[in-house]
Amino acid sequence: MAKAQKAGVGHDAGKVKRPHARGGETWRRLRKNNIAFISLFILIALAVFALLADVIAPYPYSEQDPASFLQTPSAAHIFGTDQYGRDIFSRVLYGARISLSVGFIAVGVALVSGGLLGAIAGFYGGRVDNVIMRCMDILLSIPSVLLALAIVAAFGTSVINLMFATGISTVPSYARLVRSSILSIKDQEFVEAARAVGTSDAVIITKHILPNCLAPILVQATFGVATAILTVAGLSFVGLGLQPPIPEWGSMLSDARIYIRDYAYMMVPPAVAIALTVFCLNALGDGLRDALDPKLRD
Amino acid sequence: MIRYIIRRVLFLIPTLLLVSFLVFAIIQAAPGDPAQLALGEGATAEAVETKRQELGLDQPFLIQYLNWLGNVIFRFDFGNSYRSNISVAYQIQNYFPNTLKLSGMAVLLGVLIGVPIGIAAAVKQYSVFDNIVMSFAMIGMSMPAFVLALVMLLLFSVTLRWLPPSGFSTFRQMILPVVALGMQPMAICARMTRSSMLEVIRQDYIRTIRAKGQTELRVIVGHAFKNAVMPILTTVGLQFGALIGGAFVTETIFLIPGFGRLLVTAVTNRDYPLVLGGVVCVAMTVALTNLLIDIAYAFVDPRIRAEFKGAGGGVFPWQKLKKLVLAMTPEK
Repeated sequence: MAKAQKAGVGHDAGKVKRPHARGGETWRRLRKNNIAFISLFILIALAVFALLADVIAPYPYSEQDPASFLQTPSAAHIFGTDQYGRDIFSRVLYGARISLSVGFIAVGVALVSGGLLGAIAGFYGGRVDNVIMRCMDILLSIPSVLLALAIVAAFGTSVINLMFATGISTVPSYARLVRSSILSIKDQEFVEAARAVGTSDAVIITKHILPNCLAPILVQATFGVATAILTVAGLSFVGLGLQPPIPEWGSMLSDARIYIRDYAYMMVPPAVAIALTVFCLNALGDGLRDALDPKLRD
Repeated sequence: MIRYIIRRVLFLIPTLLLVSFLVFAIIQAAPGDPAQLALGEGATAEAVETKRQELGLDQPFLIQYLNWLGNVIFRFDFGNSYRSNISVAYQIQNYFPNTLKLSGMAVLLGVLIGVPIGIAAAVKQYSVFDNIVMSFAMIGMSMPAFVLALVMLLLFSVTLRWLPPSGFSTFRQMILPVVALGMQPMAICARMTRSSMLEVIRQDYIRTIRAKGQTELRVIVGHAFKNAVMPILTTVGLQFGALIGGAFVTETIFLIPGFGRLLVTAVTNRDYPLVLGGVVCVAMTVALTNLLIDIAYAFVDPRIRAEFKGAGGGVFPWQKLKKLVLAMTPEK
């Protein structure tokens, strides 16, 4: 593993040919994996839809139409309308924007902070390492949803709080990943060489060491986005996530639950949206892991 | 062996202390005055002040924490709920067993079905069976419990009317929630078992055992599975912890009087003693589960047992553990 990583992505991609070749290799292997590739395509499409929701959505997400509530799918409302006469298709589109941005930002924050903590712990070792990693162990021993619940209980349910609440419990896993990668890399010759020419610790960590442990982090982050989306949907489902009228998939499902006996069609779009997004992220994560695994390289 | 267990138990104490401190600090940092919350909007300033003294909120933060901790340790008293004034410990005792039962049964279902499927898929790698089962596992892993719960509710209780839609006292009532909650652990178990088995099946010693003429069943179950069981154990432990924390959505759907729903109500009402007690209690359960898994490791893996057999001294043998880890990681 370490050897393959050593030959991996360098910081001056322009001069060295290897990093380029490796990115191409990963891409080629990912493309051979049909499910992962289709998932990637669906995710990109979802992201585009989410970004262009203002243009694509036929109605504003909170526009209520008392004349046409609880309507089954029709030409005017292709997914039907909910109990307030809001267009479900538009709400699912805007929901994609909410879910994807919460998922990606939560993971981004966790990745950066966890990565840095892990890098510092692994690079300096000794007491610093001990203190940081013990703190991470403690964070890890609280189930993530519960930690999110406690944070939401204390600080309320804004979008920022939710991102923070879902992100913070995954910090330890990134810290551990980066730390173990660094431990296996930091004594190698190229790090020593960088130090010999007088490079500062910060530059060594960010430019020479971190690019070498990108692969496992990328995989973990892909799964992480899926988990974050599920957590937020679950919290919103019980009313502790994003508050109405924000169109969150989980809270849409919770609305639909009340009408499950007579208007079951309401449930389908948000349920499919959640399951599909999470499935694609998991499949992509799987595909990336296989594509990046040097042991499986042919 | 006994020494190993004692050490792991002692290790639990600082972890739990820090967890409770962390949650206590988060709750303390919350805006708003708990005394005001407890009395409601219309309370007079004097009444609020009296309540603050009664609840000990006028004390410095650390003293408050130590008071709370003392009550918990010496009297198993987590304080009273702000809203109902019922003892938090009493509520936990009432609601926790249901959640424990639900999560336990879900994990059990996941293991009983997931592990054999995983073994079979690994033995017949790349077969049609493997492909189909692993595709389903992927879907099962991605299907959140509440989506599955709603779909099953719609199908089995609304449309077909086979099973009751709510409650958790009879066997028929338990089927839907347990299956809904157990699907994800089942899928994850199957995937983990498969990959762990595949890793082992490739090893030389498995070929040796085959060459000796052992029956295939004994090779797979007696030798390969025995060596593949550690990562599966870890997964099961993690899943159980995740389910206890995540059962609240399923409990909400099936109206199960469980701990998760209690906690959700507590958060909605900003009933801080209940939130605090609940989170600490779940963290304790998760920590205990991890402890049990660690002990199970020692039973399964003779290497760990041997490591601690002759270990002297009163401190945790970090050096030995480090050596063990170093010995297991490949040279650079």
